[in-house]
Amino acid sequence: MISKTWETLLVVKLLWIIPAIPMLAAGVLALTPRGYRRMAASLAIGSMVLAFLFSCLAFYATMIPLPYSEAWRQSYNVPWFDIGHETVRVGWVLDPLSALMLAMVTFVGTCIFVFSTGYMAEDENFTRFFGFLTLFAGAMLGLIISNSLLLLFICWELVGLASYLLIGFWFHKPSAAAAAKKAFMTTRIGDLGLLIGMVWLYSETGTLLFYDGGFGCLETKALIGLVTPAISGGTLAVTGIALLIFCGAIGKSGQFPLHVWLPDAMEGPTPVSALIHAATMVAAGVFLVGRMLPLMGADMILFSGSSPTLYIVAMVGSFTALFAALIAVAQTDIKRILAYSTVSQLGYMMMAIGVGGYPAAIFHLLTHAFFKALLFLGSGSVIHGCHHEQDIRRMGGIAGSMKITFATYAVGMMALSGVPFFFSGFWSKEAILHAALTWTPSMLPFIFGLCGAFLTAFYMTRMMGYVFFGNYRGDSCHAPHESPATMTVPLVILAVFAVLLGFAGTSFWPWCQSYLTAQRVRFGWEEFLHAWPLTGGSIAMVAAGIGLGWKLYISRPVGGADAPDILETMHPKIYNCLKNKFFVDEFYAATWVRWCGAFASVSDWMERFVWGGMMRGAAFFTACLALLNSETDERVVNGSFDGGCKVLKASSGKLSLFQNGKAQRYLCVIGAAFALLLLALEMGVKL
Amino acid sequence: MTQTPWLSLLIFVPWVMALGLACFYRKDGDAAKKAALVFSLLPALVTLFLVGHFDAARAGMQFVERHDWIPSLAVEYCLGLDGFSLPLVILTTILVPFAILASWQEKKTDGVFYALILFLQGNLYGVFTALNFFPWFLFWEMSLIPAFFLIRIWGGQGRIAAATPFFIYTMLGSAAMLLSFLALYISVGTFDFVKLAELGRTGVIEGALYANLGLTPADSNMWVTLVFFGVLLGVAVKVPLFPFHSWLPAAYAEAPTSVTILLTGALSKMGVYGFLRLLLPIFPGVIREWLEVLLALALAGIIFSAFAALFQKDLKRMLAYSSINHLGYCLLGIFAAAASTHEVAGAATEIAATLNGVVVQMFSHGISAAALFCFVGWIETRGGGLRGLEDFGGLRKAAPIFCGLFGISAFSSLGLPGLNGFIGEFLIFKGVFALVPWAAVGATVGLLVTALFLLTCMEKVFHGPLPEKWEKWPDLSLFERVTMLPLAALMFVIGLCPQMLVGLVNPCSTRMAEWLSRLWI
Repeated sequence: MISKTWETLLVVKLLWIIPAIPMLAAGVLALTPRGYRRMAASLAIGSMVLAFLFSCLAFYATMIPLPYSEAWRQSYNVPWFDIGHETVRVGWVLDPLSALMLAMVTFVGTCIFVFSTGYMAEDENFTRFFGFLTLFAGAMLGLIISNSLLLLFICWELVGLASYLLIGFWFHKPSAAAAAKKAFMTTRIGDLGLLIGMVWLYSETGTLLFYDGGFGCLETKALIGLVTPAISGGTLAVTGIALLIFCGAIGKSGQFPLHVWLPDAMEGPTPVSALIHAATMVAAGVFLVGRMLPLMGADMILFSGSSPTLYIVAMVGSFTALFAALIAVAQTDIKRILAYSTVSQLGYMMMAIGVGGYPAAIFHLLTHAFFKALLFLGSGSVIHGCHHEQDIRRMGGIAGSMKITFATYAVGMMALSGVPFFFSGFWSKEAILHAALTWTPSMLPFIFGLCGAFLTAFYMTRMMGYVFFGNYRGDSCHAPHESPATMTVPLVILAVFAVLLGFAGTSFWPWCQSYLTAQRVRFGWEEFLHAWPLTGGSIAMVAAGIGLGWKLYISRPVGGADAPDILETMHPKIYNCLKNKFFVDEFYAATWVRWCGAFASVSDWMERFVWGGMMRGAAFFTACLALLNSETDERVVNGSFDGGCKVLKASSGKLSLFQNGKAQRYLCVIGAAFALLLLALEMGVKL
Repeated sequence: MTQTPWLSLLIFVPWVMALGLACFYRKDGDAAKKAALVFSLLPALVTLFLVGHFDAARAGMQFVERHDWIPSLAVEYCLGLDGFSLPLVILTTILVPFAILASWQEKKTDGVFYALILFLQGNLYGVFTALNFFPWFLFWEMSLIPAFFLIRIWGGQGRIAAATPFFIYTMLGSAAMLLSFLALYISVGTFDFVKLAELGRTGVIEGALYANLGLTPADSNMWVTLVFFGVLLGVAVKVPLFPFHSWLPAAYAEAPTSVTILLTGALSKMGVYGFLRLLLPIFPGVIREWLEVLLALALAGIIFSAFAALFQKDLKRMLAYSSINHLGYCLLGIFAAAASTHEVAGAATEIAATLNGVVVQMFSHGISAAALFCFVGWIETRGGGLRGLEDFGGLRKAAPIFCGLFGISAFSSLGLPGLNGFIGEFLIFKGVFALVPWAAVGATVGLLVTALFLLTCMEKVFHGPLPEKWEKWPDLSLFERVTMLPLAALMFVIGLCPQMLVGLVNPCSTRMAEWLSRLWI
């Protein structure tokens, strides 16, 4: 055990190398000229593979046999800069959460990097693309290992920057440029909440380090301080801080009401959507809430066992899960369907954390990362094969011509839908629903979750029907074709994991749960049998969803490219509402965006007339003073001045000259005024 | 005094050089430009020496030079350097050569132009190092004169309408400040900043003012309040503090690029420095008394100017409003530092954080705003005088390096972590939130809108389709890249290793924070 601890310590100390490798690559790539395409791709993939190997090492270091000693979470902090007699420190932490995330991000990242070499092969800014991707990878890995909310926030903003750059990668398209701005701005709204939460936490606990040998802000001492009114100055501090931090997570993870940026983010190249807007970055919000869980749930003590913060987290998550799934039903852009699906799945994860199923949430985060990356890359392959067509109404029947893509896509679809037993999504979703069922404060998350499961199965089947079955409805001169091996091999690898990963968290062998919580979770027949009605119910929901989808979109092939959706013919009003995403974007455009513009024009008006008028008034006042002075000169002191003064007299009298801006005149006026006032002050002294 | 008068050298070398330029290179603009660049780099040697020999662990004044000037009026020629002034001296040293390089292609300039810039440089050093009101005020006023003529003669179309209000407004402020200091002198008999701060700290000033000027009966607060507002007016116009800012957008927009860089990068810092050196140490009690009002003004400046920037269609005016916004955070921090602290745990640390943040923010803003204004100048030159938000589009395709470096500067300006802007903003928000939570929360609106207008600028100018007429848009030349390199490098260095800058400031702000937190009035 001693040697093991020593090893762990060394690994922790050097953990910074993992994000540093891609960051370094990003720095090099930023200076690489456009022509060096091969070098750029090799450098990016090489850095990612290296980071993956180091991550595996870190992962191995956390595999300490149960029961865990205190060594299961190690952190290492370094000073950054001074304020007063204190020092702001940052650091990194190695625990099961960060180790799992490191392994996942580097592995999925490597697959997507390889895929990109094929997908982006014809792009003239290929080198830049890999530069941005590695910047993202570095920032994301930094975010994962951060042991300080400050460092986490820095990396958090940097992944936001990378996301901005990559969404707007095809910047010549106005829609892409607008989507990039929208993404940055929308997440920044949440980030400002996070910033305020962070400085509040800093002022309450005096530290932003998560773990610091008993003095970190997530450790018992600080938490007790936070919930003790005498110290924190009010019972609301801990809830307020936690909710503000949650604001950041809402923005990043596309939760309602800040979800609007994520579907628009699909303007970016598809590998970007897979890596950033499905597998990793958007999950950062869930990761943040998971990382801050001790703080999030700390107000439990104040509210007799049920935490208002976690209640809100659960409600926001479950509402988003259902809300986004509903929208996904009526979308026709292949990537937007997946984007709304991502929003919905992130809602599940938030809900899971809120209802107390933290391991279930992280487990779902991992499985989702794999199968959603798979689906996005699959859709990239489809788009590539269909000559950059994204509208599912113009696809169809391509199962035959794109066999590998179809097979892997089907695996992804079944994993996402939660098809029982052999697909990872089933087990993780089951764990979440189980946690929601046992949550006492409200049944809503469970009900929403169950409805969401039905809808997920339905819209995924609908999508399969549109894309792979029926007749090809696209441009008939260009037949769809299978993608090159650089694209299909990552698909196969991800598909394998979309199946296998599920077995790390089944209720028969809940390894993931034990590993994350550092407590041995045992399989018990009694609980298993107890949970069976739930499992049966959710399987029935999935079956109903797939069955209905099959009936509507596969057994009866979709009509022509312009034929209305079958749901549209059945319920045009509801379909229209869903298709327009419940008009949330329109609502924001009519309210916040308009108010912002109106306030800007009011500000400008005030600048011109009110404050500008004040300045003109002051100028006029000065001018009057000058006039008075010159008049005094003319009439009172007239004749007693020498020749030099006559020059002054001639030139200082005219207001027009004054406005010509001769500085010495003003000096003269003001000098005279000083003299007068000085005299007054002197007299004041004498009085 | 056998020591080398390093600080005097800093001031007089540019003056002498300016005189030389004005005498010998009057007509030959090109030669004057080259000579000016070399001359403006001479103070860099002195600055390097100062940085090398500055004892960062000490809070007090260093390199002090003290000579009697007018003994009967307690006027001394007194210079010194501490953690608050050193970063600004460094900033001036960086920005003046940068400003000269930024408008290298400018044809209209002649020897007098560069002479005025060097004269301004010397005066800036004077303002940042003088420790006695009399020489300080001389430098302060003398920096206004070259700035005025630089706008008035070499400015754009509306230069007259811009230069005159600028001059009158700042002059009025200065007049009020001068009166206040005369009143202070009459009451306590000194012009020395260090002594005045000592008296301000111990609360002697209020009583002395009352005793010496006491025209008014019982209300002893009146004089100190009046004197305070006199000084406030002087420095507030310079920063500017809302609502004394309306001279700024026109002046910044009409000034030639290099002058705008100096106006925003260095001259506006004179104002903030005035707050830090004069108002906060001498009148902490009055600031505390008027805290809500002053914070509301700073906040109004932050919010209104951000929204006004959002409305602007002229890039230079947009950046001008952005400058008001950024310096608003500095003022917010300075006012909050004087807040009553009896309910704040660890108040000294919070105040120290705020003051560190203020200085870092000043420095960062100097760097980022200078870079952005320089880019707009280059856009103007390339675009044949156009600099409207809607005049361009898709330039990133034609000039990727231009766009990349502009993007770095814009993100540094909007406070992206990893670059310089974030450090200052984080420290200010940290401190201000602990001291006056509502002010910090209100100021976040400014952060949001800043991001919005800078990203809109990126979107409109650099993204979207490239119009045919800009297809030949030249990317940055090697000369321009080399010009921008030091600033871009500084953005990263300060963002990643803030200790290099914070380490200089921290002892000073810690000392000031300690006595501010103990202050009971």
